[in-house]
Amino acid sequence: MKFKKLFDKKIEVTNIGLNVFKEDLEKQGQKVINVEWNPPAGIDKNVLETLENHKDKIEIANKKVLEIILNGKPFLVGLDIARNVIPGMKENLLLHSGPPLTWERMSGPMKGAMIGAMIYEGKAKNYDEAEKIGASGQFEFSPCHEHNTVGPMAGVVSASMPVFVLKNEEYGNFAYCTLNEGLGKVLRYGAFDTETIKKLKWMEKELYPTLKNAVEFLGKIDLKNLIAQALHMGDELHNRNRAGTSLFYRTIAPAIVQTCKKPEVTAKVLNFINGNDHFFLNLSMPAAKVTLDAARNIENSSVVVAMTRNGTDFGLQLSGTKNSWFVDLAPVPDALYFPGFTKDDANPDIGDSSITETVGLGGFAIAASPAIVQFVGGSASDAVNYTMTMYEITFAENNIYQIPYLNFRGTPTGIDVRKVVEKGILPFIDTGVAHKNPGIGQVGAGVLSAPMKPFIKAAIGLSEQLNK
Amino acid sequence: MIKSLVKKGEYFDSVSLMIVGKNIAEMENVQDATVVMATQENKSILKTAGLYLSEFDKYDDTDLLIVIKSEMKEKFTEIFEKVDLLLKEIRNKKDDNESFSPKSLETAIKIQPESNLALISIAGRFAGNEAMKALKQGLNVMLFSDNVSIQTEVELKKYALANDLLMMGPDCGTAIINGVPLAFSNAVNTGDIGIVAASGTGLQEVSSIISDEGFGISQAIGTGGRDIKEEVGGLMFIASLEALKEDENTKVIVLISKPPHPSVLEKITSKIKEISKPVVCIFLGADKNLVIESGAIPTETLEEAALTACAMSKKLEISVVQEFIKERKKEFSTIVDKEIEKIVAGRKYVRGLFSGGTLCDEAQIILKKDSINIYSNRTNDKRYALADSWVSREHTLVDLGEDEFTVGRLHPMMDFDLRNKRIIQEAKDKETAIILFDLVLGYGANEDPIKEILPVIKEAKRIAPNIAFICSVTGTDKDPQNKKKVTKILEENDVLVMPSNAVAAEITGLIIKKIN
Repeated sequence: MKFKKLFDKKIEVTNIGLNVFKEDLEKQGQKVINVEWNPPAGIDKNVLETLENHKDKIEIANKKVLEIILNGKPFLVGLDIARNVIPGMKENLLLHSGPPLTWERMSGPMKGAMIGAMIYEGKAKNYDEAEKIGASGQFEFSPCHEHNTVGPMAGVVSASMPVFVLKNEEYGNFAYCTLNEGLGKVLRYGAFDTETIKKLKWMEKELYPTLKNAVEFLGKIDLKNLIAQALHMGDELHNRNRAGTSLFYRTIAPAIVQTCKKPEVTAKVLNFINGNDHFFLNLSMPAAKVTLDAARNIENSSVVVAMTRNGTDFGLQLSGTKNSWFVDLAPVPDALYFPGFTKDDANPDIGDSSITETVGLGGFAIAASPAIVQFVGGSASDAVNYTMTMYEITFAENNIYQIPYLNFRGTPTGIDVRKVVEKGILPFIDTGVAHKNPGIGQVGAGVLSAPMKPFIKAAIGLSEQLNK
Repeated sequence: MIKSLVKKGEYFDSVSLMIVGKNIAEMENVQDATVVMATQENKSILKTAGLYLSEFDKYDDTDLLIVIKSEMKEKFTEIFEKVDLLLKEIRNKKDDNESFSPKSLETAIKIQPESNLALISIAGRFAGNEAMKALKQGLNVMLFSDNVSIQTEVELKKYALANDLLMMGPDCGTAIINGVPLAFSNAVNTGDIGIVAASGTGLQEVSSIISDEGFGISQAIGTGGRDIKEEVGGLMFIASLEALKEDENTKVIVLISKPPHPSVLEKITSKIKEISKPVVCIFLGADKNLVIESGAIPTETLEEAALTACAMSKKLEISVVQEFIKERKKEFSTIVDKEIEKIVAGRKYVRGLFSGGTLCDEAQIILKKDSINIYSNRTNDKRYALADSWVSREHTLVDLGEDEFTVGRLHPMMDFDLRNKRIIQEAKDKETAIILFDLVLGYGANEDPIKEILPVIKEAKRIAPNIAFICSVTGTDKDPQNKKKVTKILEENDVLVMPSNAVAAEITGLIIKKIN
C-alpha cells in the first residue's frame, strides 16, 4: 500500500521554519523537533552542484584527512633558534600571522611588531628608522603558515628568535612557534619599546637555554596528552590556557631544577612560566599546526587546514586546494574590553591562534571552558550552544580531545567548507583583541564568527579544482 | 527623520521579525518602523516605503536591518534599545524549553532519529532545496512555503513517489496525518473519511463540518493548489487517492479542488473507476457531469461534500442529504426577512472580506448562481477583476490572503489588522448593506479571534447601525479557540452566524436579491 510506512506509525515531526507550528504540535503532545534554520551563504548554484556531484570523491578525501588529523601525535621535541630550524628562514625575512600581507596594508599592531622585531635584530635603532626599512623592501614578509610556523596575534618571527620545535611523531613533520612573552607591553600586540625588547632579549639569553636543556633532559613531551587533560580541567586552549600551563609547569619544573645550574635563573624561569596563564598557548597552537600540516594536500578534500588572520585580512586554506589562500577583510571581534577601552580602539581580528579552532579546540571546545563564558554572552548554556553548533559544520568528532559536560563527546573537528556555506553557519572563534595602534597592547578578549566570504571563495576554489 | 541599525549576520525568521516590527510600530514616538533581513526583495520594499538608506547597499541576506522613522531625534537611542530587547526576547523565547536547537535537518534527525515528517515553512527560494534534503533523508514532507517553482515541485514529487514518500505542497497549509492536525488545521474526530485536497481552507471547511456532524477523518492529505495543473499532472493527488483506496481505515473518500486541468481530471476519473469505496467530489465551479460517469458523487458546495461523505459513512442514501438541504432552505426566508429589517434603504451591496481563498471562491460561485455580479481580486473573469484590491466596488468579495495583502505581513488568519481596517472602511461606505466574512479557527490561526474582531464589529455597528453582519465559522469545538464559544459571542453581538460558508453566501444572495 502507498505511504503505508507513514500511515502505520505515529508521526514525529521535524519543524523547519515557523515556530508556531512547533508550539501547536507540542500543545497536542506530539513529538516534534525544531530546526533553528539559517539561510545558506549566497553562492552560485553551479558551485554547490559541482560539490554535490563530486560528493563521493570529497567524502573519501575528507575521511583520509580526518584520519590524519585524529592520528596526529604532536610532541615537543626541543627548542632552537629560528634561523637554524624554520624552513626558508633568513636574516632579512620576517614571518607574520595570517595570510600574505604587504607593508602598506599592515595594521597598527602588525607594523609595531615588525618594527619591534627589526629593533630586536639590531637592524634599526628606533621607530622611524625601522619604518623606513620596512617600506624600503629590504625585508621580505611571509606568512608563518608557509614556514611550518604559527604565531599568536602579530605572530612576528625573526631569525634570532628562539622557538619551540614540535614533531608529529605519526607523520614525521615539524612545526615551530616562538615562546609566549606574557601580558603587558609585548611584541605580539605590536609593542616595540625598550622594555619589550629587553624582555625578548632575556627570553633569548636565559629562558631559551634553560628550557632547551630541560626538554633535552626529558627527551620529549607528549602535548596531545597535556591538551586532552587541560580540556578536562576547564581550558579550551585558546583564550584559556591556565590548566595547560599548570600541567606543563608540573612536567618541566623538575627537569629545570635538575639541569639549570644557577638557582636565580631557575627561579626566574619558573616564576615566568608560572606567572603567565597563556604560556601554554604557544604550545597548543603549534600542536594544532603540526597535526593539521600532516593533513595538507589531500586532493578533493573540503576540510579546512588553516584559518588565520593578520589584522587586515582573514584567510583560510583547504586540504584539497594545495597552497591557495582564500581571503577577505578580517572583522572586528565582539569583546569585553579592559577598563578605558571600547570597540573603537580595537584592531580587526589578528593572529594564527585560530589554528586551535581549526583543529577543534578554542571556540569549538568552549563548552569545556565554563570559566570564560562571560566572553560569549554570559551563561554556560551559551557556551554549550556554540560547541553544539560547531558540530554542524565539522566532519568528525575528536577521538582524544573530549568535553566532560557533553558526556565526554569528542570536540567538533575538521571544518567542512561545504557545510559552512550550505548551512550558513560560521566557525566560532574566541580571541584576544589588540589595540589598533602599535605599542598599546591587548585591550580586551572576546568572540567572533569567521567572515563568510573566504568560505564562499574556498568553495568556489574547490569546485574549480574538481571541474578540471 | 529616518535612522537605522544594522546587525550583521543575525538571522531571524520573517514571522519573528513581523512580530517585533509590529511591536515597534506601536511604540510611542515611532512613526514608522521596519525590521527585515537585507534581502533584495526586502530592500525594494524599503525603497517603495521610503525607508531605504544608501548604506544598505552593502548588506545582504544574512544581515538584519532595523529602520525607524521618528520626529523625536532624542528618542532614537531609547527606541533602538527597546528593539534590542524585543529581539532578544523573541530569540530567548525559543531557547527556554530546550537547551539546544539543532541548526540543520541533518542534526535534527540525529537527535530525533524516528522523525518521519518534515514541516517546512522557510522562505520559498530556500524551501525546495530543504524539502529535497528531507526527502533524501527518507522523510515525508509538508511544504507550507509558497514561491517554489513548478519545476521544483515536479522534481520533488517525482522523487517522493519513487521512494514511497508523501510530498504535500508547496503552498500546502492544511493536512491531518494519522489524526494529527499540521500547520493550519483543525482538531477533528478520527474516523473513516479520507480526504485529498488541493485547497487548504476547503479541506478545513470539509473536515470541520464532518467532525461537527459527529463523523471523523482517517487521513486528510493536502497536495498544494498546483498539483491539479497540467504541469504537475496530479502527481500527488492521484497517489494520495491511490493510498486512500488501499487504506483499511478509510471507508469514504472526499476529493476537494478547483476544477482540475482536463488531462488531470481524466487521470483522476480513471483512478476513481478502480475504487469501490464511495468517492465524493467537490471540484468548485466545475460541471457536475464531469465526474458522474466515473461513478463518483459530485457535489456543489464544500458543505454538501462534507454532509454527503457523512451519509456515505453511515451507509445512507445520497437523497438524505438532498432532502436535508431542501428542508433547510424553507427556513431561510424568515432569516432573510429578519436581516433585511436591519438594513436601511439605499444600502445595496455586499462586501465579503475573506481570510480563506477557497471560501472566497465558493461564495462567489454561489452568488453568481443568483446572477449577482461580484467584483473580486480572485476571479478569472476580467470584467469583474478589481482594479484596486484595497477598494471595493459594487458587490465585492476579496481574499485578504492573496499576495498583494500579505507581503511583509502575517496571513489574515493570524493577523486581523488588515481585515479589521477594511471592515471599518466598508462600514463607512454608505452603499454597504452586508459585511460577509469567514472566521477560520484551528491550529496556526489566531488564538483569540474574538478579542481581535469584536471591538471592530462594535465600532462598525456604531458607525453604521444599519448593516447586516453575516459570517460562518470554520472549525470545531475541540479547536483551541472553541467554535461553540466563538459562535455564541458573535451571535450575542448581532452577527448572523451560519453553519457553513455555503449557507452564509446563499443567505447573502437571497438578501441582496430581495433588497435590490
